[in-house]
Amino acid sequence: MTYVVKPRVRHPLLPINELGLTRRDYEGAVSTLCAGCGHDSVSAAIVQACAELALPPHKFAKVSGIGCSSKTPSYFLSHSHGFNAVHGRMPSVATGANLANRELYCIGVSGDGDSASIGIGQFAHIVRRRINMLYIVDNNGTYGLTKGQFSATNDKGSTSKKGVPNLYEPIDLVSMALQIGASFVARSFSGDKRQLVPLIQAGLVHKGFAFIDVISPCVAFNNHNGSTKSYDYVRDHSERLVSADYIAAGEEITVDYESGSLEDVAMPDGSTLRLRKLEEDYDPRDRVQALTHVQRAAEAGEVVTGLLYVDPDAADCHDALGTPAAPLNSLDESALCPGAAALEGVNAQLQ
Amino acid sequence: MKATNIADPNYFHKVVDCQWACPAHTPVPDYIRLIAEERYTEAYMLNWDSNVFPGILGRTCDRPCEPACRRVRTEEKPVAICRLKRVAADHKGDISAYMPRVPKKKNGKRICLMGAGPASLAVARDLLPFGYEIDMFDRDPAGGGMMRSQIPAFRLPADVLEEEVDLILDMGVNAHFGYEITSMKQMLDMDYDAYFVGTGAPRGRDLDLPGRQEVDDHISIGIDWLSSVAFGHTSSISGKVIVMGGGNTAMDCCRTSKRLGAERVTVVVRSAFDVMKASEWEKEDAMSEGIPIINNRPPKEFLHDNGKLTGIVFECVKPIPDGKGRYRYEPTGEPDVVMECDHVLMAIGQENHCPWVERDAGIEFDKWDCPILDEDTLQSSHPKVFFGGDSALGPENIIWASAHAHKAAISIHLMCQGKDIKQDRPPEGVNLISQKMGIHQWSYDAEHDASKRFIVPHANKRKALDNIKIEVELGFDARLGLKEAQRCLNCDVQTVFTEKLCIECDACVDICPMDCITFTDNAEEGELRAALTAPAENDEQDLYVSESLTTGRVMVKDEDVCLHCGLCAERCPTHAWDMQKSVIHVPQLGSYATR
Ligand SMILES: Cc1cc2nc3c(=O)[nH]c(=O)nc-3n(C[C@H](O)[C@H](O)[C@H](O)COP(=O)(O)OP(=O)(O)OC[C@H]3O[C@@H](n4cnc5c(N)ncnc54)[C@H](O)[C@@H]3O)c2cc1C
Ligand SMILES: Cc1ncc(C[n+]2csc(CCOP(=O)(O)OP(=O)(O)O)c2C)c(N)n1
Ligand code: SF4
Ligand code: SF4
Ligand code: SF4
Ligand SMILES: [Mg+2]
Repeated sequence: MTYVVKPRVRHPLLPINELGLTRRDYEGAVSTLCAGCGHDSVSAAIVQACAELALPPHKFAKVSGIGCSSKTPSYFLSHSHGFNAVHGRMPSVATGANLANRELYCIGVSGDGDSASIGIGQFAHIVRRRINMLYIVDNNGTYGLTKGQFSATNDKGSTSKKGVPNLYEPIDLVSMALQIGASFVARSFSGDKRQLVPLIQAGLVHKGFAFIDVISPCVAFNNHNGSTKSYDYVRDHSERLVSADYIAAGEEITVDYESGSLEDVAMPDGSTLRLRKLEEDYDPRDRVQALTHVQRAAEAGEVVTGLLYVDPDAADCHDALGTPAAPLNSLDESALCPGAAALEGVNAQLQ
Repeated sequence: MKATNIADPNYFHKVVDCQWACPAHTPVPDYIRLIAEERYTEAYMLNWDSNVFPGILGRTCDRPCEPACRRVRTEEKPVAICRLKRVAADHKGDISAYMPRVPKKKNGKRICLMGAGPASLAVARDLLPFGYEIDMFDRDPAGGGMMRSQIPAFRLPADVLEEEVDLILDMGVNAHFGYEITSMKQMLDMDYDAYFVGTGAPRGRDLDLPGRQEVDDHISIGIDWLSSVAFGHTSSISGKVIVMGGGNTAMDCCRTSKRLGAERVTVVVRSAFDVMKASEWEKEDAMSEGIPIINNRPPKEFLHDNGKLTGIVFECVKPIPDGKGRYRYEPTGEPDVVMECDHVLMAIGQENHCPWVERDAGIEFDKWDCPILDEDTLQSSHPKVFFGGDSALGPENIIWASAHAHKAAISIHLMCQGKDIKQDRPPEGVNLISQKMGIHQWSYDAEHDASKRFIVPHANKRKALDNIKIEVELGFDARLGLKEAQRCLNCDVQTVFTEKLCIECDACVDICPMDCITFTDNAEEGELRAALTAPAENDEQDLYVSESLTTGRVMVKDEDVCLHCGLCAERCPTHAWDMQKSVIHVPQLGSYATR
């Protein structure tokens, strides 16, 4: 908890985006999380991503459940809409929000406890329904808010702070998301904004359910030597597979010199995702290969990161339901209550 | 880049922009905090220690610290550093307990100080506590030099001047006032152990134009005229006055004329407004008193009617920027203008001038008639003779006089003690003291205050223009002083980084309001400056670079616009960042303030 108020002054050379806003205008309240919590870096990455995309803050719906991670929507985009749901129930609220107003960018932030333990049922179904949103799990392998119990994503054999080993197999949310219908699946690390920010940008413009599993160390309860979700462990064992650069529509693509083979993916809004495959024969559009690769790597004790799978053309929930293009909450009475004649027409079809 | 060596006293000293810019290196944030704690006496003593004349300087200093103040870069207007110094002086209590003790038993060494201006006075202040016997000579009837003879009372009231001059004289100076020095050789014959020349730059420049000789009765050299006003020989001026020149002397001349009854006063400057030597605030004050400043008018000729001055002919030129921040001037083609006047005050500069130093007395002079001095010791080519203040390097100001005095006093002391005046000088140093008091508790007020610079209240203008003795600026009262003090960013409370504690969690990067901190691959300085979270374009401000971290990257902090808000240290889980006060040890004889 920090008591010093963050000054409003900013660096005089901070970039100003097309809306006339700087990154500082996308911030939220000063975090009350523990100093050094990975979740704060994820919030900072969201702030940076939204500012760079020049998205209007008031066009956002932030949703979350319960946990340190679920507190974070307070710490970014203070000028947007938000709903802090009960534990594990963010998907229901997100679904409702997206159905009612499909024009809002929907960001859900959840924890591994919130999504993989109490909320796993809700998680599975929001993935299946392909709600058009960016769903981020700040994955620290522990219940941070309730002081460090093992969560369902904690690796078997990994120990608690006091040295007690975890006895159970972990749930891998990335594999689950791949398996049951997410059309954008990525994994990243809170300590690597160079990778995370473009992933968030891509996830925001992606149409359909975009899922990012962000390993985000809990400095208070799960950053010790026996942990597989500590800063040091993740840095030592992570393997960048496919990195993504987000290139806005009309923006010049500059040459860069990093290694890896490139593949450009056209996004529905006219922007481009430039993928850099660090493993030649990996195909980020092949869901089954992605699933296999992630599992193999996990067996070898490696954490693969990057954009693991993307299908830019997949249908989302609105497509499946055939809802009108205008947000439901904007429909007026005549559209919602078309009158007796229309009702008779419907009835006639059913006879 | 190589990792920064924070043990180098200059590294953090440079971060304290104001202190670095102050010739005497006054510990500004330290005294501003004392003011915020309403500890005015201690704040005063801290100043007295470094700059010797806080009450005088709090009104008249050239304030090189203010344009340097970090607040100019983070927001807009600097902290009113100078006016806060005055707050300390105006509100101080009894300082006698803090005064250095001067031994009754002398150390046997006799020092001759020539001139009783700020330079000589400050040398006396530094040397007296060490038992030196000090003889001071000045032709004026009282001490203070140009602080007394030049700076008008409406900027510096006599009692403020006298208090600080007497404070030193009363430490036991043998003052010989009304003593005109006419021969250096004669002085050297008195066989003092050391000599300090603090006789200033006492000759005002003149302008030889057609008609100059004929109208001599109607022309005064600005500094001579001001000093005759200061000593009561002149108490009025009538008719239309033209002040020629664009420096602070010109501003004092025109404002003084206005108060002494001139019918109309005009300042005419040969060059452009923005390159005038006068300080911004002096120009503002003159203009707000209704004195027009006319620029780009070089004078050509004095017009007269049988020796009675009637006017001056000026050429019309326009400034053409030369691309290097300077101007050259071209005629505009307009016809020359004639300005009517009855009296001219010539304020076009001063010169070093010591005709009384025989050129064969062992003291060498350069072609500009300035003594040749060793920069570090201020020793002349005569081993026993030191120079300081305006007499050393040409006309400067009071704060430079204090700074020179400290240097010269060290040299004199070392010489008298038989030490090497170059090798044995006390070193600069820095101490770092953690300001952490507990969780979320710092011993300084870390919170940023967004207030705009507060305006100093002025005396009623009509009354002020009626009487030369009425001080124009009233100074901050305690309440405004407190508010202005809050604006200081505490640039001496440094962000100190310990590599081996850092876990590279980015918490500091994320919280920093000014984007000062970046973790990145190391590179050459230019490349690094461009690669930071916010580009570091101000080359005058250093980058703080760490040793290599676990990931192979380095931490780079751009010192330029850091608010010293402590948030990086607040959010650091491992205490790799700490806020530590840097106490800079500036070499000086004795130290009388408590910190
Ligand atoms: C009009 C004017 C306004 C100024 N305003 C400011 C201001 O607002 N702020 C600021 O910081 N500075 C100001 N200055 C500059 C400042 O006054 C000087 O830089 C400063 O006083 C220099 O100090 P000093 O000790 O070197 O010499 P001085 O103050 O010039 O003292 C030299 C002393 O030596 C004496 N002396 C000289 N020759 C002899 C001799 N042959 N025999 C005996 N005695 C001799 C003189 O009488 C004088 O008392 C101003 C200067 C002028 C002219
Ligand atoms: C219905 C319900 N059951 C249990 C809790 C207690 N509880 C609060 S947060 C939490 C776990 C949070 O873990 P996670 O989602 O991983 O968040 P983290 O704090 O680790 O970021 C639990 C079990 C609760 N608030 N509500
Ligand atoms: S308990 Fe863990 S997850 Fe929660 S704020 Fe602290 S470090 Fe972050
Ligand atoms: S903010 Fe304060 S410490 Fe910093 S340069 Fe200005 S006066 Fe000095
Ligand atoms: S003190 Fe730390 S957080 Fe505050 S501006 Fe400076 S570097 Fe940034
Ligand atoms: Mg968790």
